[in-house]
Amino acid sequence: MVYSEKVIDHYKNPRNVGSLPKDAPDVGTGVVGAPECGDVMKLQIRVEDGVIVDARFKTFGCGSAIASSSLATEWLKGRTVEEAQQIRNVDIVEELALPPVKIHCSVLAEDAIKQALADFRRKQGEGPEAAAPEAGNGEEAER
Amino acid sequence: MTEPTENRRVYMDHQATTPVDPRVLDAMLPYFTEKFGNAASRSHAWGWEAEKAVDDARQRLAAAIGAKPREIVFTSGSTESDNLAILGVARMYRERGRHLVTCATEHKAVLDPMKSLERDGFEVTVLGVDRRGRLDLDELRAALRDDTILVSVMHANNEIGTIHPIAEIGRICKEKGVLFHTDATQTLGKEPIDVEEMGVDLLSANAHKVYGPKGVGLLYRRRRRPRVRLEPLQYGGGHEFGLRSGTLDVPGIVGFAAAVDLALAERETERARIAALRDRLQERLTSALTHVHVNGDPEARLACNLNVSFEFVEGESLLMGLEGIAVSSGSACTSASLEPSYVLHALGVGDALAHSSIRFSLGRWNTEEEVDYVAERTIEAVQRLRELSPLYEMAMEGIDLESIQWDAH
Ligand SMILES: Cc1ncc(COP(=O)(O)O)c(C=O)c1O
Repeated sequence: MVYSEKVIDHYKNPRNVGSLPKDAPDVGTGVVGAPECGDVMKLQIRVEDGVIVDARFKTFGCGSAIASSSLATEWLKGRTVEEAQQIRNVDIVEELALPPVKIHCSVLAEDAIKQALADFRRKQGEGPEAAAPEAGNGEEAER
Repeated sequence: MTEPTENRRVYMDHQATTPVDPRVLDAMLPYFTEKFGNAASRSHAWGWEAEKAVDDARQRLAAAIGAKPREIVFTSGSTESDNLAILGVARMYRERGRHLVTCATEHKAVLDPMKSLERDGFEVTVLGVDRRGRLDLDELRAALRDDTILVSVMHANNEIGTIHPIAEIGRICKEKGVLFHTDATQTLGKEPIDVEEMGVDLLSANAHKVYGPKGVGLLYRRRRRPRVRLEPLQYGGGHEFGLRSGTLDVPGIVGFAAAVDLALAERETERARIAALRDRLQERLTSALTHVHVNGDPEARLACNLNVSFEFVEGESLLMGLEGIAVSSGSACTSASLEPSYVLHALGVGDALAHSSIRFSLGRWNTEEEVDYVAERTIEAVQRLRELSPLYEMAMEGIDLESIQWDAH
């Protein structure tokens, strides 16, 4: 596998690695993927006055998966919740020059963003349910 | 990129291929230029010279496995040898029976011809293995039927290094009068091989795993008790006893024999040296890191092989962290397919651990110092990636990863 310079850079110097308190009302968490498939991404946002003030990730996956989630946290910071909703996997593919076999990494990152946003909204009482997702259980958040 | 150590290159992927030993290259070189004759040219000295070189190589390679020279058929490599053995037997003996037996951890060069035979009306029994990659010999015995024409079980596995008890399997096949093929690609020059003692009727091997050139291999085919007959895969000038038409790769064949001679001369000392290096590597990794699983058989294992799963770390990302070091991963992402290693799967290693596996395979020029360097780099990379891993975080929080319902894509 030949990686683009940007993928290598994110792999070597991942941005915003870490975790936010998942039960905090201003934090939204998305966990997507499965260990059996070789990728799991956890992406978290902290929102103040509708603006994402912090974003963190942890990823089990190939270099492109790590880079996609690292890039996602960079893009999320400073955006409003509405703007964050607009991030598309194709933008990630383009920015990181991902080859076709790695497109699923970008899809996963988009899904993680969507889940984190949905989780945050739910906590704000906008969603169908106010419960925080189980640790690590991304599916739970979707229900 | 700035630290000089980052550019250091260490090759530890000898089960994929090996460099040509300079002594082998020296033996080959004259056969490209001044001794370039066609071994099939009977009318002049160039041809005789080439033919003599091939005969000589054939004799030495036969001796290396306890065979007769006329039982050696030169091919383009183990893939071709496996195909010739399996398809050749099936097509020749199809009136006698249409059942073949093999093992789930075989190389694709065995499994895929078997699959093509299934599409062609044959029946194939694929035997499973235990957690160490071992066959159950009673299960093998029970799988043999009156219409079984061939059993194919490899000598040692290329991913996990598990060595099968070939002599015992040979005895079982002989009792039942079933032909027995073994793919010995990973053991020629490394483990003792004797086709008589092992009761093998067909055996595949190649040069490029023993410090010889790529693109040359052999198929041993028993000529007496029983005489094994094969339908060729390709037709033409009738070379190689009519089993494999095509002008012989004389330099390759000369190199193959030279490579095997060298490997045999030092086999036991080299095996002990490499096993000690492998054990050192394993010791370093397992003592410095938790949640490390060694795949394969701790006892019946090739000296050069170390297949490990580093839990919570995905294999391809680990390879990326080992820039400059050549190893391979059982993770899907490194191969064209998206499935993780079918060999580890057959062992019952879960897909998550299969994605976390790395194969180190040591060779002739690896040193203790290289082992220490590779161990250190691997430990660092695993630790760094675990800090990045949500699975490691969850496991450290005491969450049972098995209990989670993942959102599989
Ligand atoms: C066990 C086994 N069989 C067959 C092959 C294929 O050999 P070749 O590259 O000579 O076709 C290999 C090597 O990749 C192997 O390890």
